[in-house]
Amino acid sequence: MRHFDYARAESPQQAVAAHGSDRDAAFLAGGTTLLDLVKLDVMQPQKVIDINGVDLDTIERLDDGRLRIGAMVTNTALARDERVVEDYAVLSQALLAGASTQLRNKATTGGNIMQRVRCPYFRDGVSACNKREPGSGCAAIGGVNRTVHAVLGTSDNCIATHPSDMCVAMAAIGATVEVQGPEGTREIDFGDFHLLPGDTPAREHALEPGELITHVVLDAPLEGNRSAYLKLRDRQSYQFALASSAVIVRMDGNTIREARVAMGGVGTKPWRAPEVEAALKGKTASEALFTDAAKLAFEKATAYSQNGYKIPLGQQAIVRNLSDLTAA
Amino acid sequence: MSDKQQSIIGAGVPRIDGPDKLAGRANYAADNLPPNMAYGYGVFSTIAKGKVTRIKVDEAKRMPGVIDIFHHGHFPSLYRTPSSFVQGNKVEETRLPFEDERVYYEGQFVALVVADSFENARAAARHVEVEYASESAVANLAQGLEDNGTQAGGGHSRGDAASAFDSADTTIDVTYHTPVETHNPMEMHASVAYWDAQGNLTIYDASQGVVVERNALSKIFAIAPERITVHAPYIGSGFGSKLWTWPHAIATAAVSREVGRPVQLVVPRQQMFTTTGHRPETRQRMRLATDGNGKLVSLRHEAINTTSFTDQYVETCGSVTKSLYSCPDLTVSHATTQVNRGTPTSMRAPGAAPGLFALESAIDEMALAAGVDPVQFRLDNYAERDESQDLDFSSNHIVEATKQAAERFGWHERNPQIGSMREGREIVGYGMAACNWEALKRPCDARVSLRADGTAFASCATQDIGTGTYTIVAQAVSDVTGIPVDRITVKLGDSSYPDGPISGGSWATATTLPAIAGAARNALDELKRYATGSNGIFAEASADDLSVADGALRYDGKQASFAEVLDAARYGSADGEAHTEAADSKYSYRSFGAHFVEVRWDPGISHLRVSRVVSAIDVGKVINETTARNQVEGAVVMGIGMGLFEATEYDERNGRPVNNDYAEYVVPVHADQPEIDVILLDYPDLAFNEYGARGIGEIGITGLAAAIGNAVHHATGKRIRELPITLDKLMDDVPQAQSA
Repeated sequence: MRHFDYARAESPQQAVAAHGSDRDAAFLAGGTTLLDLVKLDVMQPQKVIDINGVDLDTIERLDDGRLRIGAMVTNTALARDERVVEDYAVLSQALLAGASTQLRNKATTGGNIMQRVRCPYFRDGVSACNKREPGSGCAAIGGVNRTVHAVLGTSDNCIATHPSDMCVAMAAIGATVEVQGPEGTREIDFGDFHLLPGDTPAREHALEPGELITHVVLDAPLEGNRSAYLKLRDRQSYQFALASSAVIVRMDGNTIREARVAMGGVGTKPWRAPEVEAALKGKTASEALFTDAAKLAFEKATAYSQNGYKIPLGQQAIVRNLSDLTAA
Repeated sequence: MSDKQQSIIGAGVPRIDGPDKLAGRANYAADNLPPNMAYGYGVFSTIAKGKVTRIKVDEAKRMPGVIDIFHHGHFPSLYRTPSSFVQGNKVEETRLPFEDERVYYEGQFVALVVADSFENARAAARHVEVEYASESAVANLAQGLEDNGTQAGGGHSRGDAASAFDSADTTIDVTYHTPVETHNPMEMHASVAYWDAQGNLTIYDASQGVVVERNALSKIFAIAPERITVHAPYIGSGFGSKLWTWPHAIATAAVSREVGRPVQLVVPRQQMFTTTGHRPETRQRMRLATDGNGKLVSLRHEAINTTSFTDQYVETCGSVTKSLYSCPDLTVSHATTQVNRGTPTSMRAPGAAPGLFALESAIDEMALAAGVDPVQFRLDNYAERDESQDLDFSSNHIVEATKQAAERFGWHERNPQIGSMREGREIVGYGMAACNWEALKRPCDARVSLRADGTAFASCATQDIGTGTYTIVAQAVSDVTGIPVDRITVKLGDSSYPDGPISGGSWATATTLPAIAGAARNALDELKRYATGSNGIFAEASADDLSVADGALRYDGKQASFAEVLDAARYGSADGEAHTEAADSKYSYRSFGAHFVEVRWDPGISHLRVSRVVSAIDVGKVINETTARNQVEGAVVMGIGMGLFEATEYDERNGRPVNNDYAEYVVPVHADQPEIDVILLDYPDLAFNEYGARGIGEIGITGLAAAIGNAVHHATGKRIRELPITLDKLMDDVPQAQSA
């Protein structure tokens, strides 16, 4: 058996102290990524700090209207929370579109943000993969890359999509990630949390070693917003998005006063599309407008050997979602 | 058989093994934990072709709990099995595990760690260092053709298809392609083996054929078959992948003998994609021609499938084409090409599943080219007798099946114009296809005991792979004896029982039930002898005067239960055995049917789904309405997977299977399952066997993918000739990669 140290933490401070900024340490929340990858021998933590005992499983409304979600709130609990269903339908829908009931019951908010890519070349432990073995190359480029590989935000070093649905909704909503570190707490804008692969695909997020996500604080909901998550995939359930869209709109009659758009399945990180939002703002809703706006999101897209279809599919995910949301 | 007793045949008797499975009392192979058991874990090749040049085991050997580490330089000498179907010792991969340093496919066993726990074995396996001399792999069918061309795999020919084609009015010449599909049963392949002090081998294995496995192991270990017992009382399905013994089971038995302890080995999910078989990739060229009246005048079906470099497995794609349609000038040919993948094997409806995708898609294309409705085209061209064997069919109701399903489905509401049927944002497509499967009945032995406690016991060395065999055996015993099903114990899946068939090919029902019924009748005859013997309860009668009803013997207005008869004679049981022969060759025995499929295509989001299926199936007598329906429904769902989702993707640069888990190898989930309406025609085929049953495991998947493809064409105008029909293949103007 592979041996590792195991510690249970009862507070974020204790967890961070136990971690000790050790690069071979890992926090264990729901375990749906960590246990999987340890069993596959892709991750080999020497020290596991179980944070299921830390008191971070509540959701609270802040005075400024924002919603503060504990990192240990499960995907199921978050999706079913009345405030989420009411004010952030897109988030509830995104969560329920992900994984399976069993996984959602275990998976946590913080863990979902931290989940690792589903690229089979990353997971096989053998192929060239710059995330797993920096400098070894990217086998997905020119390989099998139809489903979990991106067309946006890619580099010659990595093309894996960020697999989360939840994060796509959060990217659209706007959020702040609260972090506990050895030196205290800090806040990271959600949009800055996930990093593009660039030349350093092994570096996936803005956390420093030993830092722990304690909360995600959602921006206050847009007044009178309508929002929805649309996930497109081969089968109807239990598959990562081929393309998805999280859309929030605030309408004035048939005029779009404000729109927020993010995409999943197509980007190397949860992909906010400000150029689409700008093109929609103040315009009269129409299929033609949506089609033109959606195109803007993919102007810099790169098609790889098997995933070029994601460029039109991603646009369809935006257009359909907007059409449904803005219809009467 | 009285009328009352007959009613148990065909009834929807609930599975008698259901409660044990539900309560967790049913032990599958890896649930067996004999005392002092050790655990094996494989080290698998990370190249698809080449040689192992060095294996470093020193560090791994020093790890906690490690007992031994085996590889080609340290493995007992075994013998190959002749792998004869006739002798019943077939395996698919004849090369023995660790036979030499060669690597033929990615995921091949190159070492095997045995340790005191699963975790220790796995941890040590990851510290075995293997060095390879890698060679350029042959990664797919196209590369195989470049590398080694084709090897002949048989066929059938009548008339002169080429000349008839050249002079025909309307012709099509199209090529279809199907990918590798992997069986992916829920239960992983697993073996638990141990040897007793006398050198007798016991193995619990996830096996669809305990007798053949025993015989193969007997050859491999060069010991008498009587000294080997293979147990497989429950199997978490197999779909063909567990028909024949694979290297892991041989290796488990071999290393158990070496370490002197029971050893368990479970094949990891990733290696279920490499070392336990798969349905091979196929390329099928179809050339069809009709005369001016829409009658087929020429049919050529030329199929090539991938096989391994160690064995030739022929996917007989044209097996159905020979006889489904009437056509005087016809050629079917099979050939293989070698690639660096493990050896393929039968997967549900081998040959027919990919073959009918090509044939029934091509028939649709031919019908359209000839300007005939696809249903009418089939009704006009179905064969009335088996022209490939020049034999009558024993029983063939395909015309009725097609018409009934068309009626139930509402085919007459189909507007033939492409894309013309819309509902909201969705375009509705209707498609159909014929289905077809051979019926085979093999020799079989069985034993039935009528016991003094009023119960009955039946045994046969066939298996129940989750399909309901336990239950239908009990029904047959009940049918003959009148003993209710809940007082009948059925034992299967043990090679020490009377020889029974593999659970494959839809043979088990037709093969097993006549033997069981024969054994039950022989047990009754024995019981009647006891009843009429000197101590017998009806000593005054002769056996011929006795009748049987409801678990009792009757004579002259008197009645004695079986238990009373046995009690009077002071016998514990009345036993009967029977041997039944293979089917004769007076007829062509086949099952028939038709699928009708509705698809919905939403072009705005490139979303395709199967929304409705109606299937009419003619498999002779239905023995158990519930389990039979379940087989067809399950096969239809598997056919949806074949049509829309399933493909094992190999990296063309090195031959490595890439999507080797349940997340990325996409099979249908519940949400993908439409309304499935199954019509069971239920015409007994009494020329085939006394029950008139032909078996039902395979036929439901045949033709289904073609019916989907034909419906997709009707909805979208796109003819997708390469499975699976994924959404990207239906999209317009898909950007291509700028670079390679």
